Amino acid sequence: MTAHVQPLTERLNRVFGVHPKDAQVTKSYLLVAFAALLVGGLCGLLQGLNRAGLLELPSWFDYYQVLTTHGFTLVVIFSGFFMIGYFYSALSHTLGGLLPRVRKMAWTGFGLGTLGSLMVVVMVLLKEASVMYTFYPPMRAHPVFYFGLVLIVLGIWTCCFGAFIQVADWRKRHKGQHLPILAFFATGAFILTLGATAFVAVEVIVLILPWSLGWVDTINVMLARTLFWAFGHTAVNIWYLTAVSAWYAVVPRVIGGTLWNDTLTRVVVVALMIMNITGGFHHQIVDPGITNPIKYMHVFMSLAIGFPSLMTAYALFAVMERAGRRKGGKGVFGWLKKLPWGDVRFVSPFVAMLAFAPAGAGGIAQTTYQLDSVVHNTMWIPGHFHLTLGMSTAMTFFGLSYWLIPHLSGRVLTPAINRLGLIQTAIWTAAMIVMGFAMHTAGLLGMPRRTEFATYGDFAASLGWDPYLPLLGIGAVLLLIGVVIQVYAVVHLAFFAPKGVTEFPVAEKEPGDVSGYWTERWGVWVSLMIIVVAMAYVVPIVDMIANAPPGSPPYRTW
Amino acid sequence: MHKSEKIWLTLSFGMMMLFMLTMGYHAFSQGMYPPGGMERIDPQKVDETPPFDRPGIRQVGENEYEVVMTLEAFVFAPTEIEVPAGSTVHFKLTSKDVIHGFQITGTNANGMVIPGYVLNITQTFDRSGKYLVLCNEYCGAGHAYMSGTVTVL
Repeated sequence: MTAHVQPLTERLNRVFGVHPKDAQVTKSYLLVAFAALLVGGLCGLLQGLNRAGLLELPSWFDYYQVLTTHGFTLVVIFSGFFMIGYFYSALSHTLGGLLPRVRKMAWTGFGLGTLGSLMVVVMVLLKEASVMYTFYPPMRAHPVFYFGLVLIVLGIWTCCFGAFIQVADWRKRHKGQHLPILAFFATGAFILTLGATAFVAVEVIVLILPWSLGWVDTINVMLARTLFWAFGHTAVNIWYLTAVSAWYAVVPRVIGGTLWNDTLTRVVVVALMIMNITGGFHHQIVDPGITNPIKYMHVFMSLAIGFPSLMTAYALFAVMERAGRRKGGKGVFGWLKKLPWGDVRFVSPFVAMLAFAPAGAGGIAQTTYQLDSVVHNTMWIPGHFHLTLGMSTAMTFFGLSYWLIPHLSGRVLTPAINRLGLIQTAIWTAAMIVMGFAMHTAGLLGMPRRTEFATYGDFAASLGWDPYLPLLGIGAVLLLIGVVIQVYAVVHLAFFAPKGVTEFPVAEKEPGDVSGYWTERWGVWVSLMIIVVAMAYVVPIVDMIANAPPGSPPYRTW
Repeated sequence: MHKSEKIWLTLSFGMMMLFMLTMGYHAFSQGMYPPGGMERIDPQKVDETPPFDRPGIRQVGENEYEVVMTLEAFVFAPTEIEVPAGSTVHFKLTSKDVIHGFQITGTNANGMVIPGYVLNITQTFDRSGKYLVLCNEYCGAGHAYMSGTVTVL
């Protein structure tokens, strides 16, 4: 009986576009991502409890080691590995399977990225690299920490070029056709990734490594910091673009709808790709060493990203309304009732979309020239990215995992796990609202980020921070419960759920929705991206090099 | 494209532009710039470079003071500052080692102190009281203990 069923399942899997060897690639990336989520979540719990004043951390695993591990595992490993795994499965699914050499590149990238991540995390745990995930010189970590970063970047580049080879091959074999929408998103995201990591690669390889090894005495601190933010700002937007791809192309299918508008979707991808790297200086608005007009230009470029995001906001809700009305939803809000509120594959990304409204608004506020001074480096900032990354991105990734993992493992999402997913979504949402509210408010009251529990004598009490501290602890406890449920669901869906076939949901176009071929002119888009990046960076970087003050020697202050 | 989408996008575009123009007007015609400055300094010779060889406060006008301050792990020098209410204080800050932050809670004085550069921040203190000065960029093991005060009499 089983012998008879098995080949049928395999055939169905082929029809639904699962290539077993490619599935193994993505499954491996996702498992590392969720392992990182578990480690990062545990660190988050320790931090939350410390900040709430309930837990004093031991000297062999102090607050700053915990914080560096938390930031690195979640911002770099969880998001990066998920993004690569998800887009590689999208490429495999929509472009007819990975080419053997591309699959080999994906494995090479996996090896480099995993080894590099381990080197980084081990150095932090050994107290040789308490430098935060921003690792600003002239604090110097152990050279192995930086070699780890280099391996991660090389791994990412291998995956970028693998994706480009795959896409170029498909285009050669399908002249005049549009790239399938998810492959289009993947191409844009990998181009952006390559552009962003180029900056951090120069920072680490050219500036930091020779200095950390003692080959040169001093480092150009400002240049290193600037190169970091050209990458750091873009990195979070790459995770956002990954989430956006699911909002446009996956969620409509899950709710039984169609793609909003093929051309506009592609325009959003191109706009986010061209305009993203150039906003890095909004992290440096209150820095010296950058002239006011240059800062203003970067603020302008950062805010410009708001426009494609507002296009997205319209499109997402328009898709939901259209799908709801076609199912018979009447009146102004009747269509809302027709959406699948019992389906975690929809509910989790839906909350993620909603969260992007306050997250984006807060982002716009802190990016402005004058308001940044109010919140710069206060708890407001981690409050902001617990909404953007912790909700908008993470909850979309969670929502994807409920079908992507069973799709890859040849299993199905059971009603029980779906219910568990809904509970997880509720816990996570409540926790992030508590956390986000407490962090934003404490930040407005002046509480600094990246600082262990401190009373500053009797000052903290008089500044009104105290009521918000327990909320950070409560948020952290709830989030860890959310992490444990999520990781359990992932492991269950990967190894234990009943066998079966799960669809890779990609929304179809509306009849008559035809894009012009101009959207496929990647050469033009990349050239525009390079021009915009050059406008933003050539003048200040040349100034930072040509008029550099004497450099800084390395310091170890932890 | 649907009509409502055109309206939404036009409004979005107009909103972003209005926002930019307002910000630009405040900055370039009212002088509301963020903290900054283009002065450079040798970060290893801060103690020998005027004015940082003599950190402290000095009066530069009626109700106007200049505070020259050095930051190093994990100390502000001077740590305690006193000014009369209504004073405008021009802070000149530089770091002797790693990157530090400078924030006066209860005010909008907030900036990055980066070795090799001098950061300028101007703040007017209208209300009397004691203000907490703290380092808001992680600078090492004692980061949470790096603080000072501004007392407005």
